[in-house]
Amino acid sequence: MSGPVKLNTSSSELDLDRPNIEDYLPSGSSVHEPHCKLRLRDLLDISPTLTEAAGAIVDDSFTRCFKSNPPEPWNWNIYLFPLWCFGVAIRYGILFPLRVIVLTVGWILFLSSYIPVHFLLKGHEKLRKKLERCLVELICSFFVASWTGVVKYHGPRPSMRPKQVFVANHTSMIDFIILEQMTAFAVIMQKHPGWVGLLQSTIMESVGCIWFNRSEAKDREIVAKKLRDHVQGADNNPVLIFPEGTCVNNHYTVMFKKGAFELGCTVCPIAIKYNKIFVDAFWNSRKQSFTMHLLQLMTSWAVVCDVWYLEPQNLRPGETPIEFAERVRDIISVRAGLRKVPWDGYLKYSRPSPKHRERKQQSFAETVLRHLEEK
Amino acid sequence: MGNASSMLTQYDIEEVQGHCHNLFSQQEIVSLYQRFCQLDRNAKGFISADEFLSVPEFAMNPLSQRLLKMVDGLNFKDFVAFLSAFSAKATKEQKLGLIFKVYDSDGNGKVSFSDILEVLEDLSGSFMTSEQREEVLSQVLEEAGYSRASYLMLNDFIKVFGNSGLKMEVEVPVD
Repeated sequence: MSGPVKLNTSSSELDLDRPNIEDYLPSGSSVHEPHCKLRLRDLLDISPTLTEAAGAIVDDSFTRCFKSNPPEPWNWNIYLFPLWCFGVAIRYGILFPLRVIVLTVGWILFLSSYIPVHFLLKGHEKLRKKLERCLVELICSFFVASWTGVVKYHGPRPSMRPKQVFVANHTSMIDFIILEQMTAFAVIMQKHPGWVGLLQSTIMESVGCIWFNRSEAKDREIVAKKLRDHVQGADNNPVLIFPEGTCVNNHYTVMFKKGAFELGCTVCPIAIKYNKIFVDAFWNSRKQSFTMHLLQLMTSWAVVCDVWYLEPQNLRPGETPIEFAERVRDIISVRAGLRKVPWDGYLKYSRPSPKHRERKQQSFAETVLRHLEEK
Repeated sequence: MGNASSMLTQYDIEEVQGHCHNLFSQQEIVSLYQRFCQLDRNAKGFISADEFLSVPEFAMNPLSQRLLKMVDGLNFKDFVAFLSAFSAKATKEQKLGLIFKVYDSDGNGKVSFSDILEVLEDLSGSFMTSEQREEVLSQVLEEAGYSRASYLMLNDFIKVFGNSGLKMEVEVPVD
């Protein structure tokens, strides 16, 4: 019988550009156990499909990736409550103003040296680049200080060399700040509105960052081209890519887009894990502006996180970029203790393509047709 | 939003439980309420079709459009009642009742040949021709002692499914 074989080949054609979603989903396939004969009961029995649908309504792995977990309240008894109030007073009354001052001082220092460097050193490209790099690292350190970032970096620091890209899991824009304070990365990121966008298009652009708009199909090609040019230059800052393309709540990893993995470069994975003891670092961009997110971080006790620079990986012979992306995702997920889900993070903004449904329909049809032929 | 569950009082929960034949425990109702609030993004009191489809696993389901007609705009009580057929405590008749309702899209209490064909069409999409679907269906109907012209009632469903087990259970995550 050619049924299963046919199914396999066609499914690999369907899914050239992403990992196989079915590998991750609970078994419940809609194909019935092959009986010797198809009965009315088998045809009418839609319970597997219904169960899947109801299961998705009750709980689904995609929504879970983007759920901010509310902090466990610990001020539940009469002794702890005053302590908690005391903490609030310190956090909002003392820590927060101090941090605002730190950040302001940081900005003053940064701008007062960045502007002259940027405009006066026009002729000395090398020196200017070097200074700008240091200054961007400096302002990022001020940002980290403004939420008392307790960051532990493990592994060797990234070095500058051509033909390598860094990929990391993505929880919030502060990932970028945390990584940037150690090494001036050129990052590829969604273009944001407001003051963040302004910073992006002025200062960050000078470190070689590339911005795009998720919804613009045209932007993709431009970014791909810029990226290819950038990684070739020996003098450029190392490229940092968040291949998930969207912020995930640091419990899960969603699909890695393959773009970073088909450049023919060495891929250096970075795993970032936040400790939620004081604050949830997940930026739920649907519910909060980045400013509100920063305020939340600045009024908490501290942001605690671990950063691991992991073993550089290369495309193995015979490996497709998607398999490579999945392998790197594995490495990061294991290190940071994240669960893998197959979803494309962009599904936040769009509907899944009909081909997944078609796959289910195809396997159903093939089972039924097989019975038809047997008669 | 995180405290939404605290808005359900014991009375509310009991009322909802009554509405779903006590097929869910109080803990499960609380979990379902949290999920309901999560899906109902603007706190309208019901979940719109668009919000259901924002769950990719649901949107991918071949029967999603058909099910949407049943669940679109349900308030929390009816939402729970709909899901109660998937409780492990639900009887086989209750589960079959739901399956029957999925087939009986016009709600006239009987399922015709074309009703079943429509579901088959959802399930097989473009991978079977309508001739093939009709052929298969008339064949199995005849073997079971029915014809193209006969209508199936809920009792027929119960008879057709017989004593064989029906696995239709969804676990509500309780923390």
